[in-house]
Amino acid sequence: MLKYYGKYAPYLFILPAAAVLIVFFFIPFFQTFFLSFLDYSNNIYSPAFAGLNNYTALFKNPVFYKVLWNTFIYLFVAVPILAVFPLFLAVLINQKIRGVTLYKILIYLPVIVSIVVAAIAFKWLYADQGILNYLVTGLGFKPIGWLTDPKYSLYSVIIVTIWKGIGYYMIIYLAALMSVPNELYEACDIDGAGFFRKHLTVTVPHIMPTIALVTTISAISAMKVFAEIYVMTKGGPLNYSKTIVYYIYERAFENLDLGFASAMAVVLLVIVMIFSLINILCFERNKYQI
Amino acid sequence: MKKFKNLWIHIILILISLLSIFPFIWLISTSLKGNAENIFAYPPQIIPSDFTLANYTGVWDKVNFIGYFVNSMIVAGGTVLLNLILSAMAGYPLARMEFRGKKVTFFAILATIMIPFQAIMLPVYLITLKLNLVDSVNNLAGYIGLIMPFAVSAFGIFLMRQAFLTIPKEMEEAAIVDGCNVFQVFWKVLLPMVKPSLAVLAIFTFIGSWGEFLWSSIVLTKEAMYTLPVGVNNLQGMFSSNWRFIAAGSILSTIPILIFFLAMQKYFISGENEGAVKG
Repeated sequence: MLKYYGKYAPYLFILPAAAVLIVFFFIPFFQTFFLSFLDYSNNIYSPAFAGLNNYTALFKNPVFYKVLWNTFIYLFVAVPILAVFPLFLAVLINQKIRGVTLYKILIYLPVIVSIVVAAIAFKWLYADQGILNYLVTGLGFKPIGWLTDPKYSLYSVIIVTIWKGIGYYMIIYLAALMSVPNELYEACDIDGAGFFRKHLTVTVPHIMPTIALVTTISAISAMKVFAEIYVMTKGGPLNYSKTIVYYIYERAFENLDLGFASAMAVVLLVIVMIFSLINILCFERNKYQI
Repeated sequence: MKKFKNLWIHIILILISLLSIFPFIWLISTSLKGNAENIFAYPPQIIPSDFTLANYTGVWDKVNFIGYFVNSMIVAGGTVLLNLILSAMAGYPLARMEFRGKKVTFFAILATIMIPFQAIMLPVYLITLKLNLVDSVNNLAGYIGLIMPFAVSAFGIFLMRQAFLTIPKEMEEAAIVDGCNVFQVFWKVLLPMVKPSLAVLAIFTFIGSWGEFLWSSIVLTKEAMYTLPVGVNNLQGMFSSNWRFIAAGSILSTIPILIFFLAMQKYFISGENEGAVKG
């Protein structure tokens, strides 16, 4: 192909995007590490060098372990459900039945609605004298403090995240299901395999890469939850529903403890980067082929 | 037998669909109940007995929804526009040109996918303050500050690069023979051919920007600059336990994006665009 562009043209085209990424991604990325070695507690305008003090403070702080633990519970509860249940729905929707578009729209609806509105809607369902406690008492149990009881608050928030994610992952699975050759199912039908056996032996192995992809994306987004917690519980009661991002927000923007918050952010960075690397190297490699 | 099986599938899907929309139905129901009706009544009533639109007019009078809507439109519109321009511009040389440092550029952009905004938001905030891009300076600066951290993404750049890769080389060659320079090739020949990808990028960027909450709640200081999610969250403080108003306000704020979704639904539910979503 003839080279019709000048020596500088490629750089000129990339420049605007590069400028934004440098100012709002790369500089903040390195600055996060830099800030984590500073002490802001005496003077917010001229921080002192703190060495590893923020990290020792972090690793001595029981709240850090609580928050880390909560985030991992978030992962262990939300990720398996989001990897499996939407696949089940996608398989159902993929049958040749009527009304598929309507089902898809209704199940996708929570995805597009603002997380703030979704969290408010659930807060209302979870109210002390709310509709969920009506069901609970109707079944003969005591009313539950969905968002106020330390035993339940984290799980109540996780439910919102799951509810809001199901439609999104279902659509990803539906796209993957289109690639499963029909002959395989026909062979199963001849063998007389039932619904579950058919999909366990044909569908699941065939779309394993998509299942793995959904697992890692949902894990990465579970690491980043914020709005649900901010709107519904503010991390409470005590720290029982506080996760990593909420804790960073609180320490940075409410306590103005920038050094400590940055050390916490470095921990988050390391965890998310490991997940992302796995994702890119194993599942999305073909998308990023140079 | 076949009919019977499909019946079960329909029952399950109807149940799941109901669970998906029930929180909204219940919110709508509450928003339509007048003061004469106990919203905590057992058993709960889905159909309001004291039906009224007073909560909507009440919350509309007290809250500047038009203002929030305009702010959200400016921020989402600006974010979409910048993403389209910057992603297309950066995607073009990455797909069609050879130059020194191409590999490094490619992997540097790829690396940003791994950096969650939540982990770097503090320095991003400090930089935004330093650049005076906050609403305490003036409204325009406030808008720019809301937009800039999301003005371009690696997802967008790779999406556009992928789109440019699929265009046959003869297109450019023909344009050069006709006397186009590199900018004309980009603007007049290539860009019109990647319109479908631009549409996908625009729609998903719009949805993401419209629902953005964390960054807006960090940088915004003036109520007049609130976007819809920040304004709706603020309803909780304004009307503490007046759930009729909170519900009405939440539903009002959802109408624009609902219309957008229904109009563009094929982009969301066809499944062709997975991966373009969620930054």
